[in-house]
Order: sequence, then C-alpha cells, then structure tokens
Amino acid sequence: METTAYIILSVCAAATPLLLAALGELVVERSGVLNLGVEGMMIVGAVVAFGTAQVTGNAYLGLLAAVFAGAAFSLLFAFLTLTLATNQVATGLALTILGLGVSGIIGEDFVGQPGVKLTSISIPYLSEIPMVGPLLFAQNPLVYLSWALVAGVAWFLFRSRAGLTLRSVGDNHVSAHVLGIPVIRVRYLAVLFGGGCAGAGGAYLSLVYVSQWTEGMTAGRGWIALALVVFASWRPLRVLAGAYLFGAVTIAQFHAQALGIPIPAQFLTSLPYIATIVVLVLIASNRRLTMVNTPASLGKPFVPDR
Amino acid sequence: MRLELHKRPVASTALSYLAPVIALTLTLVAGAIMFALMGKSPIAALYTYFIEPLLDPWSRDQVFFKATPLAIIAIGLCVCFRSGNWNIGAEGQYLIGGLVGATVPVLFPAFSSPLLLPIMIVMGMIGGGLYAFIPGFLKARFGTNEILTSLMLVYVAQQFVDWMVRGPWRDPQGMGFPGTKQFDDSGILPNLVGTWDTHWGAVFAIIAAVAFWFMLSRTLKGFEIAVLGQSPRAGRFAGFSARQMTIFAFVVSGAMAGLAGISEVSGSVEKLDDKLSLGYGFTAIIVAFLGRLNPIGCIFAALLLALSSIGGESAQIMLGISDRATRVFQGMLLFFVLASDTLIHYRIRLVGRTPAAREGAV
Repeated sequence: METTAYIILSVCAAATPLLLAALGELVVERSGVLNLGVEGMMIVGAVVAFGTAQVTGNAYLGLLAAVFAGAAFSLLFAFLTLTLATNQVATGLALTILGLGVSGIIGEDFVGQPGVKLTSISIPYLSEIPMVGPLLFAQNPLVYLSWALVAGVAWFLFRSRAGLTLRSVGDNHVSAHVLGIPVIRVRYLAVLFGGGCAGAGGAYLSLVYVSQWTEGMTAGRGWIALALVVFASWRPLRVLAGAYLFGAVTIAQFHAQALGIPIPAQFLTSLPYIATIVVLVLIASNRRLTMVNTPASLGKPFVPDR
Repeated sequence: MRLELHKRPVASTALSYLAPVIALTLTLVAGAIMFALMGKSPIAALYTYFIEPLLDPWSRDQVFFKATPLAIIAIGLCVCFRSGNWNIGAEGQYLIGGLVGATVPVLFPAFSSPLLLPIMIVMGMIGGGLYAFIPGFLKARFGTNEILTSLMLVYVAQQFVDWMVRGPWRDPQGMGFPGTKQFDDSGILPNLVGTWDTHWGAVFAIIAAVAFWFMLSRTLKGFEIAVLGQSPRAGRFAGFSARQMTIFAFVVSGAMAGLAGISEVSGSVEKLDDKLSLGYGFTAIIVAFLGRLNPIGCIFAALLLALSSIGGESAQIMLGISDRATRVFQGMLLFFVLASDTLIHYRIRLVGRTPAAREGAV
C-alpha cells in the first residue's frame, strides 16, 4: 500500500506542471492562437518563482511572481502575433529561444543554491481517510490549483457565455468580428491566461518538483504540454487524463532505472518523447476526432478589415 | 492610442531589403539597453560583440568556423519553411548525420582511402535525411503535427548519440572519456587554410547557397515550393502534391543538417563525442528567418549570428558579461526580424481610441 501511494503521488508530481501549462495552452488554442512559446514561458516562470521565493523567503510570493512573469512574457508574443499579425509558429519559437536565454541570465546566481519549497497542505480530517485521504487531501497547493483549473476551464469553455465567445473567435474569426466580438482583445486575454498558467507550471518545477534552479530545467515539458493539447483534442478533461498518463510514463522510466532493468538510461530518458510521438500519430490518424475539435482558425493571423 | 494594420496593395520591395536592417538596428538598441541594465557600458559591449572579432585574424577564422554549420542547416531550412513545413528538429538531424557519417571510420578504423571522406559525407547526408523523413512521413501519411514530432526527435537523438559514445562506440583507450577513436587521416575534412579552424564545410555552404538559390528562384521545383507554401489549395489545382512536397522538404533539409553534422564531426572534432549538440540546429532557424528564407541571405545571416557568438565569448572574458546574453540577443533579433516583416505587407498606423475618430478615419 505504501509503495502504491508513493507511486501515485509521484505520478501526480510529474503530471502537474504538464497539466498546468497544457490547460493554459488549451484556452489559447481554443481562441485560435497557436503559441509555441510554452517552453519559454515555463522556464521564465521557473526562474522567477525560484528567485522571488529565495529573496522573500515566501514560496507563495514566488508562485504569484511566476504567474505574472509568464503572463508578461506572453504579452511579447501577443503583441507580435495579434497586433502586428506575424507568423505564429516563428514567433512562438522566438519566445522559447528568448525565454531560455533570459532565464539563463536571471538564474546565473541561483545555480546550486537551495530553494524555498512550496509545501503540501493537509486538509484536516479529510486527509486522515485511509487510502484516498493522503492522495486527494494532502497534496501540494499547485496540485489542487491544477484540479480546480480543469474544472474551471471546462466550465468556462462549455458552460459560460464568455467561453462561447472565445470558442467562436477560435472557430471563425471573420464571423466573430462581423458579429462585433473584439477578436483581438479576446485573443490577448487568452494568450495572457496561457502565459500565467505556463508560469505556474514552471513554478511547480522550481518550487516543488526539484526545488532548485538548473538552466534548461523544463527539459522539453513545454513542448510535451503542447502535444497534450493535441492529444486531448482540445478538451480539458482529456488534458487531465493525458497529463497523468505522461506523468506515469515518466515515473515508470525512473523506476525502471532504479530497479536496474538492463536498458540503457538514455533509452529510458527518451521514453516520454517517443511516447509523445506515438500518441500524436495515433490521435492524428483518427481524423474524425481531430476534425471536429480543432479550432478552425488555429494559427491563422487575423487583421480586421478597415 | 493603438496600432492598426493596413494592407499594402503590393508588398513593398524596398522594405523587404530594409526589413532585416531595421531589425538589426532595433536589436542593437535593445541590446544596448540590456547591457546598460546589467551595469555595463553599452558602447564597449556592442563594440566587443560586433566590431572587435572582425579586427583579429584568429577571431575572424572563428566567425567563419561557427557560421559554417549555421549556414548549411539554414539553407536547407529555407526549402522547408518556404513550402510551409515546420522542421524545427534540425538539431537532431545534425546529430544523426554526424553519427551515421562516422560509422565507417569508427567500425573500420584501419580503412584508409581517399574514398573515405566522400563515403562519410554521403552517409551523413543520408542519415540526416532519413531522420527528417520520420516527421515528414508522419505528417504526409497521418497528418501528425510535424513541429512537435520533429522537436521530440531532437531529444531522442541527443540521448541516442550520448549512449553510442559512452557505450558501444567508446574508445577503450579513451581514459574513460565519452567519445570514439580519432578518425583515420583520410577521414578528416581538411582546413581551408593551414592552421585555420574553418574547414571545407565553408565551401559546401557557399556551393549549397548558390545551388539552392538557383533551385528556389529559377526552377519548376522552386515554383512548386512557393505555390504550395503560400496556398496549398492553389498548389493542388496546379497538380502539385502537398504530401510529396512535405517529404521532399523534410528530407532535403534533413540531409543538409546531416551534412553540417558530419562536416563538424570530421572537420573539427575529428571523432564523435558527447559535445556535438551545441544548438546550431535551433540557431539556424533564426538564421533562416534573418536571411529572409533566401539561401544567399542565409550566408550573411549566419556570419552575423556567428559574429555575435564569438563577440559574446570575448565579452565574457573582457567585460564579464554572461555568455548567455548572446542567446538573449539572438532571441531578440528573431523577434525584431518577424516584427519588421510586418512592414513589408502592411502600413502601420497609430490611431486614437475614440469610435468617432475611427469612423472619421474610414
């Protein structure tokens, strides 16, 4: 029982940064914008969270700063792609490259220093329930936040008027514009939300997952989050399932290494990346699923007629 | 106040040449601000970055040396990006090119022949091309997102090369350091000039630039690439196959990345080790855009980015500026390049916020 609980907790830990970043990107893509800068926004979030927490000694301030930093960083992308109508793929790549560089400079003095850990919160009584208690009610605040976000995003997109507006912008920006919806403003807000979520995902890495700063510590998680959105065919609950599936693959790889299974470590490290490719192929071959859910204006620049 | 874009009736030719210059100027201004914020003299920093490496023969050689793989990879990427295919995994194709190209000298260390080098180069290109075939094929056959698959394959390639040079291919006499045995002399790409680091890869880059420029601007294939890139629908009416183009573009750009990889392995390190992945494949994306997806432009763009890395190294030594500032520089450059491209197709107007003023403008 102890080991099972431990494994489930570690899957949670591996899944949470992916879940946070992917949920943000899901909202961005539902509004018709493809932001490939997730990796860059995540790493900026990670370094800002670490630095703020270390300077102030308060991990929650670190988290808050990371959310703001991620959102502020995404504003660069928003200005270029939305106001200047640049190519979204190239601009997203630029954001990632810039983020990796900027985080390296900011984090130069943090390398090798002990961080401030964002500790778990046990909810009184509930966390004492045998079996499920420790798993559901003694988690890290960011894990609770990620679960709340799944519900929140699902409700927003499919049950609220604002969510309907956002989806209409993503499906046909010309019609939305004709109906008087401020397409560009909706997209700005979506991109900012995605930036904040990616920042929180990065904060999880540097405040909880390893609680230290190493350059390039996101190690492609931003890209896996992007793949998760496709995997989930733009549905929040499927993002949840996908993130935990990938968390499980990551943990399986760690355990296989620890057990001394005679497979070279490099192959096990490659596993999540190969799994991503396999999953993308499986999803893409199901045309009906992808065609129905893909936002029709995804990645297309919009310039209002004047 | 806000910005509004107004489409130009025709794209501005003058601005299409000016745009990279504007981008560069803006990057220098932003860079100067960054250095000032870091508490360094902006003038001294920019001088060290962009002027000083040009004054000293050793640094000049280093600029050519660094520009070589960047240019070769970026030239291949031009074909891909122009045709609307997003290969961002050139770093992986570069690594696999280096690995496959090294097969013969590693497995048959006694084989010494003038044929060795050509064999290595061809195998390197095949290796890179085949590795790029994977995301190309997956996109053409299943409609898989090529951005994500090509990028994931970079991580896989890094791990695979790391395993090879630490495991099966490690030189037993290498004092435990990861890396293969030194190649036979006949498997080493010669330097351009005696003691230079710059090797014959630089010549490959120039030949490739001319050949690719010719293909893109003077042949039917180049026309097909342009049509499919701008409008896949129009391309279909012209009888062009977008699927075949995807595979073609990926294989060609992968082969070029592979050529860059084997050129570095045989011309610079002279064996395969664990330090081959230096991010050239990602920097080359910036090079391709700065060169406006024109192979000749890529040569100049590669020289400029190489200059900034060499300048960055000396700025670290002389001014104590982190070499990470170079990557920030390069990221900013790409941003400004993309932003300046907007000027080619649109007029940008600053307008007042009130609806009345907007109606007046119409």
